[in-house]
Amino acid sequence: MSEEPVSGGLLSERVEDIEIHLLLEGLYRRYHYDFRNYAQASIKRRLRQAREQLGYRSISDLQHDVLHDPDMLPRLLSYLTVQVSEVFRDPSYFKAIREKVIPHLRTYPSLRIWIAGCSTGEELYSFVILFREEGLEQRTLFYATDINQDALAKAEAGIYDLERFKLFTENHRKSGGKSSLSDYYTAAYGKGAFDKSLRNRVVFSDHSLVTDAVFAEMHLISCRNVLIYFDRPLQDRAVGLFKDSLARKGFLGLGSKESLRFSEHAGSFSELAPGDKIYQRLDR
Amino acid sequence: MSDTVPQAIVIGASAGALQALSALLPLLPADYPLPILIVVHIRPDRDSVLAHLFQSKCAIRVREADDKEPIQPGTVYFAPPDYHLLVEQDHTLSLSSEEPVFFSRPSIDVLFESAADAYGEALTGIVLTGANEDGAAGLKTIVDAGGTAIVQEPQGAYATAMPEAAIARCPQAKIMTIEDISAHLLDLGRNHPGRNSRS
Ligand SMILES: C[S@@+](CC[C@H](N)C(=O)[O-])C[C@H]1O[C@@H](n2cnc3c(N)ncnc32)[C@H](O)[C@@H]1O
Repeated sequence: MSEEPVSGGLLSERVEDIEIHLLLEGLYRRYHYDFRNYAQASIKRRLRQAREQLGYRSISDLQHDVLHDPDMLPRLLSYLTVQVSEVFRDPSYFKAIREKVIPHLRTYPSLRIWIAGCSTGEELYSFVILFREEGLEQRTLFYATDINQDALAKAEAGIYDLERFKLFTENHRKSGGKSSLSDYYTAAYGKGAFDKSLRNRVVFSDHSLVTDAVFAEMHLISCRNVLIYFDRPLQDRAVGLFKDSLARKGFLGLGSKESLRFSEHAGSFSELAPGDKIYQRLDR
Repeated sequence: MSDTVPQAIVIGASAGALQALSALLPLLPADYPLPILIVVHIRPDRDSVLAHLFQSKCAIRVREADDKEPIQPGTVYFAPPDYHLLVEQDHTLSLSSEEPVFFSRPSIDVLFESAADAYGEALTGIVLTGANEDGAAGLKTIVDAGGTAIVQEPQGAYATAMPEAAIARCPQAKIMTIEDISAHLLDLGRNHPGRNSRS
C-alpha cells in the first residue's frame, strides 16, 4: 500500500480530525454521551470554539481534562449541543398542528405527546398552551426530553428573558393563538416566568435519541431541529425510534428544514402537512 | 497557482447582494461543471425568496440547500433563511441553527470554514458587497487551506465594509471587479475537466 503524500497544511488538518475522533470516542466510553455520528462539520466548529474559549492549546488537552474531571462534562456539553429555541417557533407549524392534528387527537380519551430534544423548554410551553387553548391539556401527558441536563433544568424552571416575550407573543398570535400569551406568564425583574400550572401534566426526562430506547406509546411526537445535527444513518435510527413509539395513525412533526424524504422509514408515514413537516404513521 | 482541479465555489454577500449576484449567476451555462454555494444575509423571517428569484433568471440549476443533500456539480445552492449552511467531508450539505455569527444566520464564515475543511485547495471563495465583517475570517481559512480567495473591488461594491474587511484579513486575495469575477467563474468552468461529463 502506498502512502498518500501530504502537505504540511493537510497534515495538521488531519491531526485535528484525529483528535476530534478520539475525544468523541472518549466521551462515549467514559460518559456514554455519543456524538460520534453527529454531522461532523458543526461538531468540529463547536469543538474549535470550546477549545478556544475554554483556553486549551489543543483538543487533546481538552480531552485530557474532560476524561479526568467529570465537572468539565457539562461545560463541554454546552458546546456540543445547540440550545436555540423560541416559543411557537415557526408559527405556521403550530397553526398546522392546531388545524390538522388537533381534530384527530380530540377523538382520544387520553393522550401522550413527546417533545424530543426540548432544549430549554420553549417548544414544550408552546404545546401545553396550545393544548390548553384547545381544551385537551387535562387529558394529555407531555414528555419533554433532552440529553442536556442544564437545558432540562431551564425547561423545568420556565423562566426566560423578558425581552424575548415580544417575539413569543408575536409567534403565538401568528400560530392562531386563541388567548393572550400574557395570560400564561408573569413578568418581574427583566424575566418572564411561565405559570407553574403549565407544568402540571409534564414529565421532564433525560433521554437520548442516539443511545436510549422507546419508553411509551405516543400519539404525537414533535422533534424539531435535532435531526439536522445527526448524520443520515443516525437520523434513520431516531426516526425508527419515533416510528416504534407512535400509536397507529400517530403524528410526527419535524423542523422546517427536516424531512422524511430520504429516510429508510419514509414508507411508514404519510405526509399530513408537507410544508410544515407533519407526518402521520401509517397503519402498517 | 497550483494545478489542483477546482471542485467548488463559495460566495458570501450581504447588502447589495441581489445586484451583485445578478451580474454573476445568470451568465453561467446550464452545464457549468462546479457547484456554487452561496450565503446571503437575509432577514430570518423571509421565506426562501432567493432561490426562487434566481431560478427564473438562470440557466444553471438553482436551489435552496436541503439538509444532508449531496452536492451536485452545475448547481447553485442558497443557504435557507435562519440556518447556517455547512459542508461535510463527504461533500454533503448540513444545516444548523446554532447561534448567529456577526448577528447573521446564515453566516458566511461558517460556510467558508467548513468548505475549506472539506475541499482544501480545490476551493475558491468569493466575498462580495456587504456592510459588516462576515466572511473575512472564513476567507482566511480558505487561503490557509490552500484555496483561492477573491474579493470584489470595494470601490465598485454597493457596500464596502465587507470586501474591505476581507482584504485586510486576507491580503493574498485577488481583488476584482464584478465583471472580472464573472469572467473568472466562466474560465474556471471552461477549463474544467468535468465539463460535459456531468451526470
Ligand atoms: C436546536 S435545539 C432544538 C430545540 C427545539 N426542539 C426547537 O426546535 O426549538 C436541539 C436540542 O437537541 C438536543 N439533543 C442533541 N442530541 C440529542 C439526542 N441525542 N437526544 C435528544 N436530544 C438531543 C440538544 O441538547 C438541544 O437541546
